[in-house]
Amino acid sequence: MFVETLLLRMGGESGIDNVISAGDILTLSVARSGYHVHTFRTYPAEIKGGPVMFQLRAGVRPVPSLGDQLDVLLAFNEEAWELHHQALRPDGVLIYDLGEHDAPQGFNGVTYGIPLERLARDLNLRKGKNLIALGALCSLFGFDFQELQATVKEKWGKARPEFVESNRIALLAGYQWVKDHIQEEVPYRLAPPDPTHEPELVMSGNQALVAGALAAGCRFYAGYPITPASDILEEMARRLPGLGGAVLQTEDEIAAISTVVGASIAGVKAMTATSGPGFSLMQEMLGLATMAEVPVVVVNAMRAGPSTGMPTKMEQSDLNIALYGGHGDAPRIVLAARSVEDCFYQAMHAFYLSETYQMPVILLTDQSLSHRTETVPMPDPNLVPVVERLRPSPEEYASYRRYALTESGVSPMAVPGIDPTPFTATGLEHDEYGAPNYTPAMHTAQLDKRGRKFEVVAEALCGIQPPLGCLSYGVPEEEAEVGVLAWGSTAGVVRETVEELAAEGYPVTALIPAVINPLPAQRILHFARNLKAVIVPEVNRSRQFAAWVKAHTELPLISVNKYGGLPFTPAEIRAKIMEFLVTRPTKELAQEVTYG
Amino acid sequence: MAKDSIQPRRLPKDYKSEVKPTWCPGCGDFGVLASLYQALAQLQLDPTKTVVVSGIGCSSRLPFFVETYGFQTAHGRVLPVATGIKIANPELTVIAVGGDGDGFSIGGGHLVHAVRRNPDLTYVVMDNEVYGLTKGQTSPTSPLGFKTKSTPFGSADAPINPMAWALASGVSFAARGFSGDPKQLAELIVEGIQHPGFAFIQTMSPCPTFYNTFDLWRARIEDLPPDHDPTDRMQALAQAFRDDAIPVGVFYREVRPTLESHTRVSAHPLKKNGPEFDVRSLLETYR
Ligand SMILES: Cc1ncc(C[n+]2csc(CCOP(=O)(O)OP(=O)(O)O)c2C)c(N)n1
Ligand code: SF4
Repeated sequence: MFVETLLLRMGGESGIDNVISAGDILTLSVARSGYHVHTFRTYPAEIKGGPVMFQLRAGVRPVPSLGDQLDVLLAFNEEAWELHHQALRPDGVLIYDLGEHDAPQGFNGVTYGIPLERLARDLNLRKGKNLIALGALCSLFGFDFQELQATVKEKWGKARPEFVESNRIALLAGYQWVKDHIQEEVPYRLAPPDPTHEPELVMSGNQALVAGALAAGCRFYAGYPITPASDILEEMARRLPGLGGAVLQTEDEIAAISTVVGASIAGVKAMTATSGPGFSLMQEMLGLATMAEVPVVVVNAMRAGPSTGMPTKMEQSDLNIALYGGHGDAPRIVLAARSVEDCFYQAMHAFYLSETYQMPVILLTDQSLSHRTETVPMPDPNLVPVVERLRPSPEEYASYRRYALTESGVSPMAVPGIDPTPFTATGLEHDEYGAPNYTPAMHTAQLDKRGRKFEVVAEALCGIQPPLGCLSYGVPEEEAEVGVLAWGSTAGVVRETVEELAAEGYPVTALIPAVINPLPAQRILHFARNLKAVIVPEVNRSRQFAAWVKAHTELPLISVNKYGGLPFTPAEIRAKIMEFLVTRPTKELAQEVTYG
Repeated sequence: MAKDSIQPRRLPKDYKSEVKPTWCPGCGDFGVLASLYQALAQLQLDPTKTVVVSGIGCSSRLPFFVETYGFQTAHGRVLPVATGIKIANPELTVIAVGGDGDGFSIGGGHLVHAVRRNPDLTYVVMDNEVYGLTKGQTSPTSPLGFKTKSTPFGSADAPINPMAWALASGVSFAARGFSGDPKQLAELIVEGIQHPGFAFIQTMSPCPTFYNTFDLWRARIEDLPPDHDPTDRMQALAQAFRDDAIPVGVFYREVRPTLESHTRVSAHPLKKNGPEFDVRSLLETYR
């Protein structure tokens, strides 16, 4: 049977089965043959040893979520079967290592034993088991074998040319074994890819974010290693020096944000990225950046908290600290990326806003978005303007006032070594020149200045269109009965579910803003105006986004919360929507279901 | 340079800003400020290419009083901010200043890392062995048994030895001066600024309001011995640990690669001298 999407999971032992590297290469080759992909992976807490899992969802149409039940489970060992069999659909396909492990009991779907370990031993390819498995999968499910061979050769051959031949042999061994021993058709095969669909990029959220930051002109990065933000540091360290930029691994997150503030004062667009524990440490310096009006971009790749929490698990529980983390009257711009593609655009957006309004911008992502890979259409960097901060003009030199009380609140920022107008920036309240000033009138005036900037931002952002603004899915709002209002990476699963339901004829719609502060409250009120129910799903216990929206709109909202460290699945979102849907589609409509 | 030659020679007073110091009369920090004006003038530093950075404290008010670029940051964060400025634009002269609480207590964690990275900064710590701005609590350099409002029965914490600490962390230039001798201090600051690397200058700068050590220190301060070899780190450490006197002068000096020789923004975005970059070429590698 041809299916529109196929969900395949491989489970094995970290350091032995090379599940992740096999998964990544399979993903790339499947994407290159024209499918959409969406991956998900879990690592053990330990560095060596422990169970790892890689999941590939491929489809002839976009696959914005990690999906529900598994169609295929490849268990390299018995533990993988134990851990994952409950996720496998009852009529799914199970593949296990024949000869090494017994066929798992109690499964009624299709089971294939393939002697992965034995083939590897016979061919004297100790590390070849994962490639043998990929060859076998290709053969079973009809993936493009030539593409897989070419991808393995290209991606792994460069680093280890001495293994090109043995890699080829391993792939072929798995492929051929299946051809020789398994005659029956597998129950699921992916429908052929849309021939008009151009293969897309395959990248992770962190990679897309780095590309967006570089496109926006970021030339300094400082960071302290922390999961799941470390690979932003590593990617920056690889890329920035070649662009004339610099990267510093600091002694802690306080130093990271401090060096970033310093670099920005010296005129360089600068960024740091961290996760919850590090973000907590950065709060005081974010306040300084607000007070001294220094543009900085801070990424918080959220993970399950509080404290060290669960470093490798996702959660959307840092919205409150992003919004309210600092002391004093210090509004912050908060953005939340909704997909891998959006990581690119929101990183550019974050720099655009921080440079234009001279204030910190916090960009929230999360563990699931940071590390998963997805097919992404080639982003268009021209959709987001690249700006330079406002600096004093020659006419202003003589009477330069760094913190001039302008109408927009934005005042020219002189840069040492570039502009001939020295001033002293400070975290103390100050007058227009920057000199400390504690008078009631001046504190009021400067707070108003900084607050005015925020109002100007809100106005400027009002009505911005995708890719930066709100995304809408499903039926048009005026025809909908139930609406889903989501934020961050929960966007993907909401999009998929709502689009599916709409295609089935249900009056469902969704709205997903990227700008969380200033919240597009008017847009949300407009969205909700005719809805019978507005559902707000988020991966946290304390309903942080719902509380924020309620504070701005007074809308009655229905919160759906999940907090086990994993993202929502489409079935969970669907079930909640169904609870509130009164109207059912007519029969004819239901039969018209087609996936575009 | 051509521009400098038509500039009239800058005098110490030309580096004075319009903001009047807020320090108590007799505060040691006046002497440090005078020395800094002197040093800036002696080196004819361009105020538009000089940044004085500080943390928080009485001493950290200093940047406001200097007519250069300045940045008063947050309590304890002067060194990482100064490092960021230097990496972003290595052509700038960056001078970091602050107090003993700022540099050795809340910011103590940064000191050793700044020292080992060796950015070309000059760090002038005004050590008064007390917390001035918060009105007289014990500081990390206060003597054992020091009685203050926060330690009414005497402090139980032994003082740290900042000079030994910096030396042991691998500092490439270390000197000690006294705000009661602004002439010598100015010379030390000049040397520190000229030193290609991290220059640590501990300045004994009394706080007459909360811990008046002027007479005590004046009696104990003496120059380093004439045969002191500032290229010998062990000799410098021995001097740092002396308790019979407070030696002043250049303890140690060594030239080693700076942070910016390895890590710096070589193409300042505002100078538009960077390589052409189209992000699409990077994105293409993800196909
Ligand atoms: C995070 C933080 N904690 C505490 C303070 C309060 N505070 C301001 S200055 C200071 C200590 C000042 O002592 P020192 O650095 O020795 O400088 P001095 O005033 O003696 O020159 C303290 C504790 C603060 N501003 N920020
Ligand atoms: S309190 Fe002490 S350190 Fe502060 S200004 Fe007065 S004398 Fe100087």
